Amino acid sequence: MTQVNTPTYTKKDFESDQAVRWCPGCGDYAILAQTQKTMPTFGRKKEEFVFVSGIGCSSRFPYYMNSYGFHSIHGRAPAFATGVKVANPDLSVWVITGDGDGLSIGGNHFMHALRRNMDINILLFNNRIYGLTKGQYSPTSEVGKVTKASPFGSLDIPLNPPSLALGAQATFVARTIDRWQAHLSQMLERSYHHDGGSLIEIYQNCNIFNDGTFGDYTSADKFDNVIELKHGEPMVFAKGTKGIKLDGFTPTVIDMEKHSVDDLLIHDETNLDLAHIIANWTSHPVLPEPIGVIYSVDKPTYNSEMVAQVDSAVKQKGAGKVQDLLNAGDTWTVK
Amino acid sequence: MGKTFKTIDDAVIRFAGDSGDGMQLTGGRFTETTAVVGNDLSTLPDFPAEIRAPAGSLAGVSAFQIHFSSKDIHTPGDSPDVLVAMNPAALKVHQKEIVPGGTIIINTDAFTKKNMNFAGYESSPIEDGSLDDYFTVIPIEMNKLVTAACEGLEMSRKFVGRTKNFFALGVLYYMYDRPLEATEKWLEKKFAGKDIIIEANKRAMNAGYNYADTTELFTTRFKVEKASLPKGTYRNINGNYATALGLLTASEKSKLKLFYGGYPITPASDILHTLAAWKHFGVQTFQAEDEIAGISSIIGAAFTGNLSVTATSGPGIALKGEAMGLAVMIELPMVIINVQRGGPSTGLPTKTEQADLNQALYGRNGEAPIPLIAASTPGDCFYAAYEASRIALKYMTPVVLLSDGYLANGSEPWKIPNVKDLEPIDVKFAKGSKSKDDFLPYERDNKTLSRPWAIPGTPGLEHRVGGLEKAENTGHVSYDPDNHQRMVELRQEKVNRIQDDIAKTEVYGDNNGDVLIVSWGGTYGSCRSAVETLHEDGKSVSHIHLRWISPLPKDLGEIIIMFKNVLVPEINMGQLIKLLRAEYLVDAKGLNQVTGRPISATRIIENVNQLIG
Repeated sequence: MTQVNTPTYTKKDFESDQAVRWCPGCGDYAILAQTQKTMPTFGRKKEEFVFVSGIGCSSRFPYYMNSYGFHSIHGRAPAFATGVKVANPDLSVWVITGDGDGLSIGGNHFMHALRRNMDINILLFNNRIYGLTKGQYSPTSEVGKVTKASPFGSLDIPLNPPSLALGAQATFVARTIDRWQAHLSQMLERSYHHDGGSLIEIYQNCNIFNDGTFGDYTSADKFDNVIELKHGEPMVFAKGTKGIKLDGFTPTVIDMEKHSVDDLLIHDETNLDLAHIIANWTSHPVLPEPIGVIYSVDKPTYNSEMVAQVDSAVKQKGAGKVQDLLNAGDTWTVK
Repeated sequence: MGKTFKTIDDAVIRFAGDSGDGMQLTGGRFTETTAVVGNDLSTLPDFPAEIRAPAGSLAGVSAFQIHFSSKDIHTPGDSPDVLVAMNPAALKVHQKEIVPGGTIIINTDAFTKKNMNFAGYESSPIEDGSLDDYFTVIPIEMNKLVTAACEGLEMSRKFVGRTKNFFALGVLYYMYDRPLEATEKWLEKKFAGKDIIIEANKRAMNAGYNYADTTELFTTRFKVEKASLPKGTYRNINGNYATALGLLTASEKSKLKLFYGGYPITPASDILHTLAAWKHFGVQTFQAEDEIAGISSIIGAAFTGNLSVTATSGPGIALKGEAMGLAVMIELPMVIINVQRGGPSTGLPTKTEQADLNQALYGRNGEAPIPLIAASTPGDCFYAAYEASRIALKYMTPVVLLSDGYLANGSEPWKIPNVKDLEPIDVKFAKGSKSKDDFLPYERDNKTLSRPWAIPGTPGLEHRVGGLEKAENTGHVSYDPDNHQRMVELRQEKVNRIQDDIAKTEVYGDNNGDVLIVSWGGTYGSCRSAVETLHEDGKSVSHIHLRWISPLPKDLGEIIIMFKNVLVPEINMGQLIKLLRAEYLVDAKGLNQVTGRPISATRIIENVNQLIG
């Protein structure tokens, strides 16, 4: 969207007057700060942003953004956002959700919003735990998770959000980490510029109920455990000492001292087959955790197709006149 | 052939056959022709929930009843004067309801041994004389006759057989002296490009007409003169279509885009279908992934400044309950329609009931009052939908509109309104202000207590809404005890203030007397018919029909106490009656029936007579 007068905002313009009430040390603070910092760079009027959330710790987010905001009910944020976007496609609509809100109670809406390619940006704060209800296992908790609700360990197999999103026909799937501030900002920007439904899974630390669950990706040796995906570039990690090559469909980690860059898998974010393969590296015992844009393609959005359908109907039939419609059909007159 | 014409005031006919026999279509054509002839009419489609139950089974019987008259009528009639039975199952299901001395037109070709066994007849009811003492039976070999009529057309026997409903229609057109032209035109339009189907059905219909004319089966034809309805231009309309028209008209008058989000469910889906075809009016319909997404999407669209609507039936409302509570909390306008069907659970999807009143009034957590309006006739669905939209927009509140399966699918002549004459709907969005800190999203209008509607895209009015309790005026999250008390009271008071906006209660009959009938929703017609008959008998009976149930009209209490008895007929086990007893401490009596069908006027008359002994 072109702006005649590009507004100049600072982070402060996106801060509401409400006191932030997450636990001290919560990863949500970093995500909020980075979002408030990144929004001004879009050059878009503040009143055109709408943040919609469900229920949970992360879903308090809209209260802290000085934009239009909607704290809805548990799991349904994508459906509310759909109504907002269809009613006014000129708005930039963001969904804030968590692993419980978005994938458990709201799994249905998550899936359908993505398959419709509704142009909304879904930020999934994944901390692999229920925080607001004080620490039960979530649909992304690892098997055997010991919580108050699972004293003998949870039996559930976790969902893999990027795989789920790809299966649901999402056109933009990315992952980032609360502590990776610059990366997080980049992902927000990519999502904003993607015309269509987008998912950013954000690994977020819950220091009260699940502290350190993503420690491998934020610790000093994090680069040994994470691979940052870059479109068109070979897959190297561990500061260039390791790489990934494909043996048939099977990715393997190789030592770069023994292999050349030519052996490596090249990331192509427009390749759906590759995206599925990469998404499967999630929590893999050997392969590094993929971070970055896993998949991004352009397809017509639901909201733009809806506008086109209305326009085309008006063109074909002429703008409808209500009185004519009332008068239509077989009528008779009583004098 | 020297047949005599007999002029009658009204007639009730019922077409009944297998689900695949096209009975709804036949009834629909007879209705359109009857409307154009100028009779008053009322219809009752009655079909199974299964799309195709096993052919010839009792469960698969589909029926359509029409009552038409030269007088002003209110119901589809209690018992048919004429039954058209296309197969043994149809006869078996419906024969007990025909008026004594009535006529049964039977397609004898369907009375095979197998079909009769299936329907539970041990011997042929046509041949064993079991019907002859009570009814005039007219057996016709319809399959054979349409086969002859369609001779020379390149059509399989199966397809020729399917035209027999048009043969039956032709017979009825002859009996009641109706023209064939409207139906012929409809066939030409409906099957444009399929000349052979048009021709076959026309031949079948004409064959039926001529057969009735030339045979000695009918000695009398009937004339039902034009009804003397109020001046105006009329069309025939059913409740779901009228509802959709009412919503569209409200969108035009409010100059708001219409957004509909919903999930398919019987008997509400036709509202979605109708609106979906109106894209050239700018209507946006969203078929959601489930009922919850349906209402969530409309709340989102309401936040964004659209006239937002969802329609469902009882099971759908159960799923929407949490979101309806949110709609109360965030005080945004929207219309939530429940086209009621038989419950509980999946219940009777294609049958009518009024048992979701309590659900509409109380089916949410917390104190969550929602204004509630109920449509009274198929045509009234237009005005009820319009009024629901008007109040929702004026008071910034969700409004529940109750319709039901009978209203949704039933039809009646409808005087076409002039859009210009309808009450205006003025919507003002909050305007952006320069100093950004002074906007109060929960500041209230002194009169209506409505809050401002500040839609995204408006500079300076950025604000947040949500399901957590709101602080008065600022709308910030608040857990303050006194504030909660105040907000709960304000939300109720806002609903109460609607009393100032709704029409005074009309008493049909005297303002005091022996019996007052209080009704709501689709029982209007039966109650009004009953009272008209009781008045002819000189009984002291009056009738009031409630349009708004939340809030109840201000004057209701003072009207009720003027009567010795209060009778509340409902298609439930007594839901409005409990409200009336609680509100007005009146010893009202219920008339409760839950058979999936309208209460008959006859039953109401019996009840009144018992009351006043």
